[in-house]
Amino acid sequence: MRYLADVATLARKDLRLELRARDTLPAMLLFVVSTLVVFRFALPEGADELAAQGLLWVALVFTALLGLARAWAPERESGALEGLVLAPTDRSAIWLGKSAAVFVFLAAVELVALPAFAVFFAPVDLSTVVGVLLANLGICAIGTLLAAMAAVSRTRELILPLLFLPLAIPLVVGGVGASISEEPEQFLAFLGLYDAVFAILCWASFEYVVSE
Amino acid sequence: MLAALTAMLVGSSLVLVFLVAPEDADQGLSQKIFYFHVPIALTAYACFGLGAYKALLLLWRKDERYDLESYVAIHQGTIFGVLTLATGSIWAKASWGHWWLWSENQLVLFLVLFLFYTAYFMLRFSLEEGPRRANISAVYALFGIVLVPVSFLAIRLAENVIHPTVFTREGPQMTGTMFFTFCVAWVAISSLAYTLYRVELLGKRVDSNLRELREALTS
Amino acid sequence: MSSGEKYLAAAYAVIFVTVLVYVAIIAAKLTRLERETAELARLAQTRLRERG
Repeated sequence: MRYLADVATLARKDLRLELRARDTLPAMLLFVVSTLVVFRFALPEGADELAAQGLLWVALVFTALLGLARAWAPERESGALEGLVLAPTDRSAIWLGKSAAVFVFLAAVELVALPAFAVFFAPVDLSTVVGVLLANLGICAIGTLLAAMAAVSRTRELILPLLFLPLAIPLVVGGVGASISEEPEQFLAFLGLYDAVFAILCWASFEYVVSE
Repeated sequence: MLAALTAMLVGSSLVLVFLVAPEDADQGLSQKIFYFHVPIALTAYACFGLGAYKALLLLWRKDERYDLESYVAIHQGTIFGVLTLATGSIWAKASWGHWWLWSENQLVLFLVLFLFYTAYFMLRFSLEEGPRRANISAVYALFGIVLVPVSFLAIRLAENVIHPTVFTREGPQMTGTMFFTFCVAWVAISSLAYTLYRVELLGKRVDSNLRELREALTS
Repeated sequence: MSSGEKYLAAAYAVIFVTVLVYVAIIAAKLTRLERETAELARLAQTRLRERG
C-alpha cells in the first residue's frame, strides 16, 4: 500500500523534526498547564466541578490552536510544501501524514493535561478520556487543513483561530457533554460522527487547498 | 422583470401579514414577526447551500466564474443570517423580555454560522486573487454547509444536557390563513434574495470586466 | 402603540432599512461604474487618435 507508506513517512518526518528541534511540544505542555492554573484563579470559590470540566475543554482547544499554528511552519520556512505537492504521492496523503503527527503531539500534551486537571480540579473518568481522544481526531483533521489555508494567507496565525473556533464548537459540545452527562454515549457517538464526516471532507478537499 | 415580481410578492405578503392573517391568541401582534423571520432564516440556509453548490461546481469543473457566484451567494446568506439574528432577537425581546435566548436553537445556530461565514470573508480578503483563493474559498464553503447540520445536532445535544431549557415555546399553531400567509412571505423573501443575488453578481461582473478593459487600455 | 406593536414595527423596520441600505450601496456602485466607463471611453478615444 504505497499510500499508507507515504503517510507513515510524512508523519515520521514530522515527529523526528520535532524530537530534534523540541520547540513546539514543550511550549504546548507549558501552555496547557499554565492555562489550567489561570482557570483556577478565574473560577470563583464555590464554582462547581461542572464548570471546571468545561474549562478543561477550553484549555485543550486553545492548546491545540497553539500547536496547529506551527504545524506547517517547517514546510513554509523551507518552501517544502511546493515540493511535496509536486511529488507523485496523492496530495491527501500529505494531509493525513501531517494530521497523524499533530495527533501524536496533542495526545502527548493530553497525557500531561488530564492528570494535571485531575490533580488541580476534579477526577477524570473514562468517558472524558474517550471524549478527549475522539475530539482529538476531529481537531487534528480540520485543524491541519485550516492551518494549511492559514499558512498561505497573508494574516497567517491571526486567521487560524477565526477559522478553527466555529468548527470546534460542536467538538466542545461533544466533549463537555461526554464529561458531565449521565449518558455520555450519545455525545461520544456525536463526536465519532463529527470525526467521520469532517475527516472525509478534509481528505477529499485537501488537494484543492494546496494546489495552485 | 425579476425585480418587479419580487416587488409584487413582497407587497402582497405585507398586505397578507398585516391585514389578512389573524392575530395569534397567545402572543398577539409580535407573533407576526415570524412571517418574515422564519423565511429569512430559511433563505439564509438556501443561500449558503447555493454557495456550497457553486463551490462544488468550481472544484469539479474548474470554471472560475463559479467562484464569484459562490462568493455572492454566501454574501447574501450572511446578510440574511444577520437579519435572522436581528429579527430573532427582537422577537425574543418581545416574547420573553430578553434580547437573546440560548434556548432558541435556531438563533444559536445562526450565531455559530455567522462566526463561520464572517471568517470566510476574512479568509478571502487575506488571500491573493487567483485560482488558489477560489479553491480555498470553495473548500471553506463546503465545510460551512456540512457545519449546518452538525452544529444543529450539537446545539440540540447541548440544550438537553448542558443547558436544560428554562423557556419553552410551543411551535406556532397555524391556522390555514396563517399558513398561507407564511408561504407567500417565504416565496417573497426567497424571490427578494434571488433578485439581490443577481443584482450583486451583475455588479461584480461589470467590475471585473471594467478592470480587464482598463488593463488592456493602459498596458 | 403597545409594546408588542413597537417590536413588530422594529423588526419590519430593520428588514426595510437593510434592503434600503443595499439599494443605496448599489446606487453608489452604479455611479462609480458610470464614471469609470466614461473615463475608459475617453482613454479608448485617445488611443484611437494616437494610432491615427
